[in-house]
Amino acid sequence: MSELFFQYLMAGLTYGMIYAVVGIGFNIIYNATGVINFAQGEFAMLGGMIAVSLVGAVPLPVAIAGAVLATMAIGALIEIAFFRWLSGPSVLRMIVITIGLSILIREAALLVWGQQVRALPYFTGDEVASLSIGGARMSPQVLWTVGTCGAMVVLVTGFFRWTTAGKQMRACASNRVAASLCGLPTRNLVTLSFVLSAGMGALAGCVVSPITYTQYNVGTGLAIKGFTVAILGGLGSSLAAVAAGLVLGQLEAFSVSLLPSAYKDSVSIAVLLAILFVRPTGFFAARVAYRP
Amino acid sequence: MRSHRHVQVGAFMAVAVAAQLLAVYSGKAFLLTQLTMSAYYTLAVIALSLLMGHAGQISLGHAGFFAVGGYTSAVLTTLDLSPRRNEEIVGVLARVGVLVERAELYGGQVLVVHPWVAFLCAVALSVTLAFAVGIPVMKLKGHYLAMATLGVGTIIFSVALGTTWLGAADGISGVPAFPLLRNLGVAGGASERVANYYVAFGLLALGMLLLLNLVQSRTGRALRAIHGAEDAASAMGIDVASLKLRTFVLSAALAAVAGVFLTHLNGGIGPSEASIMKSVKYVAIVAVGGMGSLWGTLGTSLALSFFSLRGWFGAFDDAVFGLILVAVMLFAPDGVLTLLPARAAASRSRRTRAAPAPEGDGGYELPVALAGQRPGEEGR
Repeated sequence: MSELFFQYLMAGLTYGMIYAVVGIGFNIIYNATGVINFAQGEFAMLGGMIAVSLVGAVPLPVAIAGAVLATMAIGALIEIAFFRWLSGPSVLRMIVITIGLSILIREAALLVWGQQVRALPYFTGDEVASLSIGGARMSPQVLWTVGTCGAMVVLVTGFFRWTTAGKQMRACASNRVAASLCGLPTRNLVTLSFVLSAGMGALAGCVVSPITYTQYNVGTGLAIKGFTVAILGGLGSSLAAVAAGLVLGQLEAFSVSLLPSAYKDSVSIAVLLAILFVRPTGFFAARVAYRP
Repeated sequence: MRSHRHVQVGAFMAVAVAAQLLAVYSGKAFLLTQLTMSAYYTLAVIALSLLMGHAGQISLGHAGFFAVGGYTSAVLTTLDLSPRRNEEIVGVLARVGVLVERAELYGGQVLVVHPWVAFLCAVALSVTLAFAVGIPVMKLKGHYLAMATLGVGTIIFSVALGTTWLGAADGISGVPAFPLLRNLGVAGGASERVANYYVAFGLLALGMLLLLNLVQSRTGRALRAIHGAEDAASAMGIDVASLKLRTFVLSAALAAVAGVFLTHLNGGIGPSEASIMKSVKYVAIVAVGGMGSLWGTLGTSLALSFFSLRGWFGAFDDAVFGLILVAVMLFAPDGVLTLLPARAAASRSRRTRAAPAPEGDGGYELPVALAGQRPGEEGR
């Protein structure tokens, strides 16, 4: 029983970290624009798919770097083409535009890559390789995923805390007019937020690809989870998103032991809806002193 | 005003009659089938238009309520109770006419719930669900509301897809005709095509009349006040929570009615009716029709549903709706009708009244009705 418990725990941790990274992606754009980007999950899908396409031609690390850069470029293009020139759009309008974009990206991916399920090779070892920890066995890819996502969280937190660009983005997030009066290039900072968020999503999509596989339509599910995590953490806070991501990951993993796995998504969403109804501002926001 | 509405609905029915005659006499009567289906989808869409355009509340789970209606009716009218005939409750229900016997596809006799009773159950279930979900959901705003309705829609979809007795991925088929008059029923046969066309358009006209009456009444004005500024509406003595909830429930009920009839027309229902993409398509149609313009929504819904059902967009069906969403929201957020010169001025004045744009910085402003609770907003 304890072995099984450990397996669920590791599965929950893996998914939880992915959800956290996607959730932080939501937060970064939300902080910069006040808008939830419903196309967030598509960045992870694009990262995985582009890396799979490149990996035949170039070594794995180069393919992943290429995929991340390409997705960042796509993120920048999306911001420049669709958001930069709008003046004062309403939230409803922005929600609908990003939903439309997510459909377009998904359909474009279907056109380019077809319906085939793809995956990157395992970073170390292969699908049968396993590590033994505490009597339970798991794939080294789990460590890659958790490690990469953990590193991303630390780096992005550091970026916002200590670098000039990060501080400028925070200034822009807390008061755009004041930031612009201080001479900050607010429009470019918004573009940067899309680039950053696209890059994080793409890298997460790459590291998890050997375990969960990638298909043109995985973005929507990831977006719902990431969105849930971002809101559960109280929109805007990275560390809270990590905590929320881990909670959601564990919830999902352990729900499988009680209910058919077809309902896995429903269970996590239902629990989270209940939380949303009780406390719509999230659970962790108040305790985090800074945003993001 | 009252006669004005009746003239509009009358004109709409006249156009519907003309379209039917044109289709039949040009030898293209088969087109009526898709028009009939479009009419049912349109009933669901105009209900969403009331919620989104007038009350200003987005719902990304509308297809879920449509499917709850359709699935409930499909289950009750196909689930054979004859093996349990000896149980007392089944016997009583059969004697009072709640259960009826009919011949199934392969000649055997089955004992199922009467379609009218099933219809009432479907609407009741949908209304109950809308109440249960609506009470907490309608307190949410902006992104939270979008997320919550998306979540509800996702749950309904995955339950439909994952439950064996709901047919899982195959859905439910073999749903019988829905009896209306002696030899008129809602069913998909070619012989009943014209009659069913009029049933669907009659129902749509009724629904439209109901909604037009509603939006031009005291309630409709209160809804628009909520859309404009929720706090101000509340200060004027409007019971915002109750009104939003009732609008949500009404839109869910109309969607369920549409779902029931379309299920009987098609003889079945599948999980794709509950999918998020379907909900998004409804939102897209409302957006094109102009949030708040019931006639605009009705027209675009009939046209887009018809083209989609005819397969005009081929494999690009989803992509077309995505493109429509993006293009309309970028260039004509108040609906494509506002691009006409005469409407443009009216729309401009309406927009400035509803949400004055902040000057200078080109930032993303949050109209009161849709703004999420955003920490740090006070600084603006």
